[in-house]
Amino acid sequence: MATLLTPKTLDNDAPSRIDRKSERQARDKNDRNKKSHSINIRSISRNSNALDLEQEKITLQVRDLNLYYADKQALNSISMDIPKNRVTAFIGPSGCGKSTLLRCFNRMNDLVDLCRIEGQILLDDNNIYDRNVEVAELRRRVGMVFQKPNPFPKTIYENVAYGLRIHGINKKRQLDDTVEWALRSAALWDEVKDRLHDSALGMSGGQQQRLVIARTIAVKPEVLLLDEPASALDPISTLKIEELIHELKKEFSIIIVTHNMQQAARVSDYTAFMYMGDLIEFGATDALFTTPQKKQTEDYITGRYG
Amino acid sequence: MKISVKAWVKTGQPWVWLTAGAVALNVIMVAGLLLLIAVRGLGHFWPADILAAGYIEQDGSLSQVVGEIADTKKDPASQLREAGISVPEGVELVRRDLLKVGNRDLSGSDFRWVLETGLQGVSYPEQLFVAERREWGNFYGYLRQLKQQDETVGSFESGEDAAAYEQLWSELQRRIERAEEISAKIKVIEKHEIGAVNAQFERLRLKTRRLQLSDSLTPADQADIAAARAALDLQYQGMQQRLVELYTQIGRDSLVAEVADGQRLEIPLSKIVHAYRPNAMSWLQKVLFYGAKLWEFMTDEPREANTEGGVFPAIFGTVMMVLLMAILVTPFGIIAAVYLREYAKQGPVTRLIRIAVNNLAGVPSIVYGVFGLGFFIYFLGGNIDQLFFAEALPAPTLGTPGLMWASLTLALLTLPVVIVATEEGLARIPRSLREGSLALGATKAETLWKVVLPMASPAMMTGVILAVARAAGEVAPLMLVGVVKLAPSLPLDGNYPFIHLDQKFMHLGFHIYDVGFQSPNVEAARPLVYATALLLVVVIVLLNLSAVAIRNRLREKYKALEH
Repeated sequence: MATLLTPKTLDNDAPSRIDRKSERQARDKNDRNKKSHSINIRSISRNSNALDLEQEKITLQVRDLNLYYADKQALNSISMDIPKNRVTAFIGPSGCGKSTLLRCFNRMNDLVDLCRIEGQILLDDNNIYDRNVEVAELRRRVGMVFQKPNPFPKTIYENVAYGLRIHGINKKRQLDDTVEWALRSAALWDEVKDRLHDSALGMSGGQQQRLVIARTIAVKPEVLLLDEPASALDPISTLKIEELIHELKKEFSIIIVTHNMQQAARVSDYTAFMYMGDLIEFGATDALFTTPQKKQTEDYITGRYG
Repeated sequence: MKISVKAWVKTGQPWVWLTAGAVALNVIMVAGLLLLIAVRGLGHFWPADILAAGYIEQDGSLSQVVGEIADTKKDPASQLREAGISVPEGVELVRRDLLKVGNRDLSGSDFRWVLETGLQGVSYPEQLFVAERREWGNFYGYLRQLKQQDETVGSFESGEDAAAYEQLWSELQRRIERAEEISAKIKVIEKHEIGAVNAQFERLRLKTRRLQLSDSLTPADQADIAAARAALDLQYQGMQQRLVELYTQIGRDSLVAEVADGQRLEIPLSKIVHAYRPNAMSWLQKVLFYGAKLWEFMTDEPREANTEGGVFPAIFGTVMMVLLMAILVTPFGIIAAVYLREYAKQGPVTRLIRIAVNNLAGVPSIVYGVFGLGFFIYFLGGNIDQLFFAEALPAPTLGTPGLMWASLTLALLTLPVVIVATEEGLARIPRSLREGSLALGATKAETLWKVVLPMASPAMMTGVILAVARAAGEVAPLMLVGVVKLAPSLPLDGNYPFIHLDQKFMHLGFHIYDVGFQSPNVEAARPLVYATALLLVVVIVLLNLSAVAIRNRLREKYKALEH
């Protein structure tokens, strides 16, 4: 390795970054043979049938997306396709814009003052940033689970039924059925079926996070956005969430932001590596972790920074 | 062991002492205040023993005094000697007792001071009795005769067998009870039945006037109204007749009693509320009597320019006014706070509004009273009268101080408290919960209604608690917008429309002021000032406790904010 990136070189100065980028690309070619990976993708139990983005059905298309917080640009002309019924992971160091990008998919950034967006995100060929899009309806179709479990101070049942009630479903039978389905899908039913009418706040952190997932899938969204869903949980709960993600991708397209590269490697089909507002590399997870095309990706997944 | 002052300061011990001392001082002051008003106020209802004695007046003549000791002072003997009062040699301090001697109709005043040195042959005769009368205050004396329609039905002269006195006394109690029952019937007719008929008469009068004003008074209407009036008249005649009967019944009995100086006085039993003999009472009887008096104080109407009887209308008025105020201020304050915190764009304008709201809390309350009188009553009320109650003019309906305007004025006074508390509550709802709701496809309004407002409800209740505490203790603005010293009827009764928001009402705070400073009989009223003050404190504490209980329940329900 010719040079190690030191924190000093990691400044936000855009022009010098571009310089470094071209330098690094030049270097990449020389170093390709000397790779050493921190993650042995083979050691993780996953079926290794090769995936190809070209052959996937696409659910979300991002076209030239730029995002600014006041004058500061946080996302630089991102373009990518999110495949349907697959798990797509966003990885990258803190502040690289992966959460910001995730929040663009259900327009959560609308809530941030001074946030400005250019470009398009197409859901079923309709731009979600169109003027006539109903944000509430969009958010029903694109559900989101946050980093920290945020159950409402209501009963377990009412938490799951919340979204249904919001969308006008008030029939007891239908609510009961959907709540049970959602809790079963979130692998929580057996744990809570006897205390559905207790407060959700009495549950453990891991249970709360699965409850939030159940609450989100209860309204049957098309896309599920998970913003570091396991980062506040213990290893056992994390494992449960990961198993859950594996189950849920049969019915939903899932995008997950994670800090944890092992987790990304374990759960995702496709991985996008982002760095300082740029989408550096996006491809099938196996390929990205074994044969990254970009030097930055390799540096990151081998633990040289981030 | 010796520690230098400097080292002691460094240990932080002085701070602990200072802060703990401040807390202790607060506790002592509050407890002392409550103790003072409790002792002074509650002692009033205890049936004190009645003393009978001979008393050497300043001119050396001997007279008889009868009365209960209401207060005691000690004067230095030298001061008394200077004032020309003879005091035996060797005495430093002379006790001076304030005797409640009653019998205002005979002696002109209820109280007199007596010097300990002048009292002779102090005794507590069991035959002495106290009669609480509907006028002229208490009577103290010995029962001598009972009369029924000017015929003596029983008598007792001093020196006769004590058992005869007991017999006469129990006969008196029976007859007082009978008079009491009749008096209750009279009250029902006078207050409720005639009141209801009068209300209907008034409605008929207003109806006629309304039809006249709109030029649509047809002969048919006139005939209807005349018929209704005749029917009411008939009802009224019937009541009048029953009243006359009851009055003759109640006036049947009277008693003759002898006072200290041997004078005899005849008192009709209809004028007597209770008669009791404290000197003959056992301790248990006294306790029971005390309880009954206390109950009467809380549930009865005032008599004799508020110096006797109870304060129920004032309690009722206070509670009702505060509840109305809370009902008015809560939605208004919450809506304002929701807009300020949730919808308004945060900037210089909202900051300015917040400063203005906070400063409103600092405006002296009397200013709100003036505003209420000028704006609510004269302007709003006056215009409402013109528009909706034209038939009653020139007598104002809402254009005069009343319960509604008082509540509204206090609602304005306490609005800042509710707004500030609600805003703080809204600010404390974690962003993650709002986002959680929005991410499920809820709109902002749905999120507010279903998640944010329920979770902020304990904070709103805190605001209401503070508002109630402030409003219940407020008197100054109320004097301008609806409180009176004596309201003839409660603002809630059986006559349509049941809640009379336009009526004037009584208030405990104003009652204290009125009894203490505007009363013709200050000595008699002073214990009532303390008792009423204690009651006001208790009412406020109860109102607050109920609000706190509601808040704690809400907190328990939405305790997500704890972590």
